[in-house]
Amino acid sequence: MSRVFMKGTEAVAEAAVRAGCRFFAGYPITPQNEVPEYLSRRLPEVGGVFVQGESEVASVNMVYGAAAAGTRSMTSSSSPGIALKSEGVSYCASARIPMVYCNFARGGPGVGSIQPAQQDYLQATKASGNGGFRMPVLAPATVQEAVDMTYRAFDWADRDRTPVLILADGVIGTMMEPVVLPEMKSDEEVAAIKESKKKWACIGHPLDYAHRSWIEPGQWSTQKMQKCNEDAAALYRSWEKEAEAEEYQTEDAEIILTAYGISGRIAKSAVNLLRAEGIKAGLIRPKTVYPFPNYAYDKLDYGKVKAILDVEMSIPALFVEDVDMAVKGRCPIETCLCSGGNIMSRDAVIAAAKKIMEG
Amino acid sequence: MEKIYTRTKTIQEDKVSGFCPGCMHSTVIKLVGEALEELNLVDKAVCVQGIGCCGLHMDYIAYDDITAAHGRACAVATGIKRTNPGSLVFTYQGDGDFASIGLAESVSAANRGENFTVIFVNNGIYGMTGGQLSPTTLVGMKATTAPKGRDPKEHGYPMHMCEILNELKAPYYLERTSCNNPANVMKTKNAIKKAFQYQMEGKGFSMVEVITSCPTNWGLDPLKALDFIEEKMLPEYPLGCFRDRSKEEG
Ligand SMILES: Cc1ncc(C[n+]2csc(CCOP(=O)(O)OP(=O)(O)O)c2C)c(N)n1
Ligand code: SF4
Ligand SMILES: [Mg+2]
Repeated sequence: MSRVFMKGTEAVAEAAVRAGCRFFAGYPITPQNEVPEYLSRRLPEVGGVFVQGESEVASVNMVYGAAAAGTRSMTSSSSPGIALKSEGVSYCASARIPMVYCNFARGGPGVGSIQPAQQDYLQATKASGNGGFRMPVLAPATVQEAVDMTYRAFDWADRDRTPVLILADGVIGTMMEPVVLPEMKSDEEVAAIKESKKKWACIGHPLDYAHRSWIEPGQWSTQKMQKCNEDAAALYRSWEKEAEAEEYQTEDAEIILTAYGISGRIAKSAVNLLRAEGIKAGLIRPKTVYPFPNYAYDKLDYGKVKAILDVEMSIPALFVEDVDMAVKGRCPIETCLCSGGNIMSRDAVIAAAKKIMEG
Repeated sequence: MEKIYTRTKTIQEDKVSGFCPGCMHSTVIKLVGEALEELNLVDKAVCVQGIGCCGLHMDYIAYDDITAAHGRACAVATGIKRTNPGSLVFTYQGDGDFASIGLAESVSAANRGENFTVIFVNNGIYGMTGGQLSPTTLVGMKATTAPKGRDPKEHGYPMHMCEILNELKAPYYLERTSCNNPANVMKTKNAIKKAFQYQMEGKGFSMVEVITSCPTNWGLDPLKALDFIEEKMLPEYPLGCFRDRSKEEG
């Protein structure tokens, strides 16, 4: 496996192709235009299909169709476009159709700003559409992680027949970094994945009342609908054990910085500089923001930890709500925030940490 | 005695239709099933259901079915057909679904010349939700959200989807039919068969618009609803073939 130097958006697109994604539909929006651009030339090379949808709404519904017909499928967008995808994502969740989508998040609300932000946290983790469904939400902090998470997302989506969201941001998308790309699935492997879905895929079946494919994103029967939601809830509970966080220098820490995605990476760098100055700082960086890695906060020695510093590129703070639920009042939580497309300043994080430790 | 007519196998025998008495959705879906059987395409068939009273048949048809979000059937069909070109994919949509909330998806799929078929069931009203104004409601026709009837000053005029799509270059076959008498029922079935055949030949986008009744929300008994089609709907929505590129190909 070779190391290459790639932009985040294109690396994610290539990772999807290597994972066996053979259908992509999307609509242009900054800062992720390279995803559709890259895939418009790459997918035909591997016998895949690219469609520029007439909107995000159409694109996600094309993905719903392609995925319901058995093909590994993906769409991507950025914040305002992700809002429009909520209809199709909810349909996929309800009908249990596996699909992957990616948010290279930008400033908001409204049309917001085209620069990176983390304002979509609650939408991503709590309510990406109507109906109270959940789905795995993976939050990369490097281009390498974005690649690995995208590759894994397709397996997770297929295993549990669920949508999976990659919650990235404009920094991850536009930054170039060296990455090791995952192995390319062979045509035979891709065909075998599609074949394995043939039983339920909506592609036509012999006239046999028992075995037709019936993709149902809802139910006329209230009993059946309740049963679907009970089954889904059991699935969501089973994900708890798959929660993952990076725990860095937490063992002897007196102050814990916590952040996800690009803010997590900046916070980690701040931890190193604080340590160099003799301040015992540590980091918890959730890699899955749903399921949320509560365990990482439970493991802390609250006899030692003076405070937790929540670092996010969002005003108001949103990620802090999950941190708060994980910490359960065991120590104070402070915030270090920026918004509007401004990138978190490491100096600001260090200053905020020092203020807590001095105060 | 020779058996000359039998129920289509594409409708499950032990299931009960959810349609109101006299509803023409049941006629159209029967014709779709007969067309599939006669063309030997049942095992390749995928119905992309719109949201509306058309959803009342998904339980009793015997071929593959997927429910699209309201208006998105043409997008869903695009995803299925592009990744499974061997399947026979058709959308089944009402006028609210196809011509209002799904207008962008409908026109865009037609403009891309997507190789699937639209069965557009135009009853001039929102049946499922109880009789609200639709883009195809006739001028003067009452709806629960237009209690004084459609007023062009406020609501504009009925939309003619065959004519609108006929402005585009890509569609291969566009025909408007009805089911208000036996001759028109036969014409509808032939049009559906033609559309399916063109699709299997890879010709591109095809649509059959069927002018149908909704006795319940028109406030008419089923027979009077047939008269209403003849006297009011068909003058506004003339039947006929708007586009058949095979004729141009000679
Ligand atoms: C997003 C969304 N908006 C509204 C509805 C409610 N709704 C269900 S069917 C329908 C209209 C159906 O009318 P039409 O497409 O003409 O079909 P018909 O019932 O007349 O056959 C509406 C508005 C919905 N299900 N989803
Ligand atoms: S409401 Fe109208 S369209 Fe719906 S089933 Fe009844 S008659 Fe048919
Ligand atoms: Mg209608």
